[in-house]
Amino acid sequence: MKQNPFILGAIALSATLAFTGCGKKSADSGDARKTEAISIQNIGSDTMVNLAQEWAEAYAKVDPNVSVEVSGGGSGVGVSALINGTCDIANSSRKLELEEVEKATAKYGGKHPLEHLVAFDALAIYVHPSNPMTEISIEQLGEIYREGGQISKWSQLGVTVPGGDEIVRVSRQNNSGTYHYFREAVVGKKADFKQGSRDMNGSKEVVDLVASTPDAIGYSGIGYRTNKVKVLKVSRKTGDPGVEPTIKTTLDKTYPIARPMFMYTPPGEPAEVETYLKWIVSEPGQKIVIHAGYIPLPEFAPKDAP
Amino acid sequence: MINSRSAFSIYREKAIELLIRICGVSAIVFVFAIFFFVFRGGFPIFGDDRFGLWQFLTSPDWYPTSMSNVRYGTLALTAGTLSVTGVAMLIAVPFGLGAAIFVSEFSVGKTREILKIVIELLAAIPSIVWGFIGLTVMNPLIQKVFGVQVGLNILNAAILLALMSIPVIVSIGEDALKAVPDSYREASIALGATRWQLIYRVLLPAAKNGLLAAVLLGVGRAVGETMAVLMATGHAVHIPHSIFDSVRTLTATIAAELGEASEGSPHYSVLFLIGILLFTITFIVNLVADLVVKGVKNK
Repeated sequence: MKQNPFILGAIALSATLAFTGCGKKSADSGDARKTEAISIQNIGSDTMVNLAQEWAEAYAKVDPNVSVEVSGGGSGVGVSALINGTCDIANSSRKLELEEVEKATAKYGGKHPLEHLVAFDALAIYVHPSNPMTEISIEQLGEIYREGGQISKWSQLGVTVPGGDEIVRVSRQNNSGTYHYFREAVVGKKADFKQGSRDMNGSKEVVDLVASTPDAIGYSGIGYRTNKVKVLKVSRKTGDPGVEPTIKTTLDKTYPIARPMFMYTPPGEPAEVETYLKWIVSEPGQKIVIHAGYIPLPEFAPKDAP
Repeated sequence: MINSRSAFSIYREKAIELLIRICGVSAIVFVFAIFFFVFRGGFPIFGDDRFGLWQFLTSPDWYPTSMSNVRYGTLALTAGTLSVTGVAMLIAVPFGLGAAIFVSEFSVGKTREILKIVIELLAAIPSIVWGFIGLTVMNPLIQKVFGVQVGLNILNAAILLALMSIPVIVSIGEDALKAVPDSYREASIALGATRWQLIYRVLLPAAKNGLLAAVLLGVGRAVGETMAVLMATGHAVHIPHSIFDSVRTLTATIAAELGEASEGSPHYSVLFLIGILLFTITFIVNLVADLVVKGVKNK
């Protein structure tokens, strides 16, 4: 009997539909962490993503059996993945909030997620090279960025910027750890950002936008500095001398806006993850931190750092 | 009548009919499933004390992650979506309809084929690539040409959306014009009309339903666009005062914030509610257009 391809196709189609219908329902995507020693899912902070990528690439040479898969999305995305159980390591450029610790603890049966301090980052304030300002204080930054803040023009800070008088604020979206840290350190935890700032997706985009906009000001990790932007010195109070963000000033805390960078893991992490994290906080890992432009842990800071 | 078909072929017919019916019904099933999914995600927010529907719709303050004063106002976001779509349509409709008329009435043979292929190619460009073009090419261009500080604004996104909508308008508009019977054209020319009079007074009125459908599909494309506007609008929450202001759209807000909102939290539900708001806007646009078309039909 002649085989009708149409019928075969129809049977195949209905069979496929039926088959997908009785697949396992994974409401919370179950335990997506693989427990074999093959791949480590590393999600989170955009500030840390370049650093995490460099670590992953270097570690592939140290242990070819383990591959670390890095993706960004912002500290908020990393923390969310930690709470939902969909990653092995969550990168975060801020500490977990109390509420998040509770949610994660609940997810992991009463055990707290583990916090690993891996590096520091100085939050740099960037302006366009044509901007005559050289330093700024946290008070002034607060007035610029906070809702209800009084400073909105460069002339109020006593400078004339070639591009125009209005301060173009460049910020991050609210899934960003950098955004959270800036709110805590500069704007004030109980206050909010002024609306109307250009909220960029990632750390690099902030620097790019400031580089192409003469009257812009923006904040991003010091590791994203390029020679197309100028870094301002920062002081705590108006009138105090500004401090430049370097390894030394971050570690001795004279630079006022620097933060620790964390990697969080679910409790009971597999051995491969533990080995990887140990490698990160050892000499080879910390050398990469310096190379990438971030601030290493104090014991690994170069002795002759500026 | 002698039934000369075998039993097998009768059942085969019935089986194929059933399968086709399932396919047709499945489209409706999927649409309802999506509605259900989105409503279920958005519903919990109504139980939250800090949420008020009036505030949601009319307040421009969008602070879903505030530690002190959570506010869910989407007015600025809606203004962003509508302004970007509106300006995009102002650019896309004249160009799109013009191109449709040119392809349909003025070009012949090879020119027409090539033109159609190239316009289709425009539609094939992925929207993330458009976003990239907006960020790297249009940004400095707008800064230079108009002398403004920031080139990531309504105008930037509107140009991108227009370029994305034009192929849609051209394809469907051209079909609508082709559907007008040749007898109309022959009659006008016989009466001594010039080409432009033919187009303006005979063809456009005759094809207006189809042309309106084309424009609506273009609008639908523009309202739902996410990646390109995420990158090209400057992503700033405020109500715009000029086309050189940065804005944020409803779609970009969902894309940027859903990754962070943990499942089941109020922020998560509000984002789903924004999805429902988008549905409603598209629905209203389609409804108004349907009514206009009906009204136009009855004239």
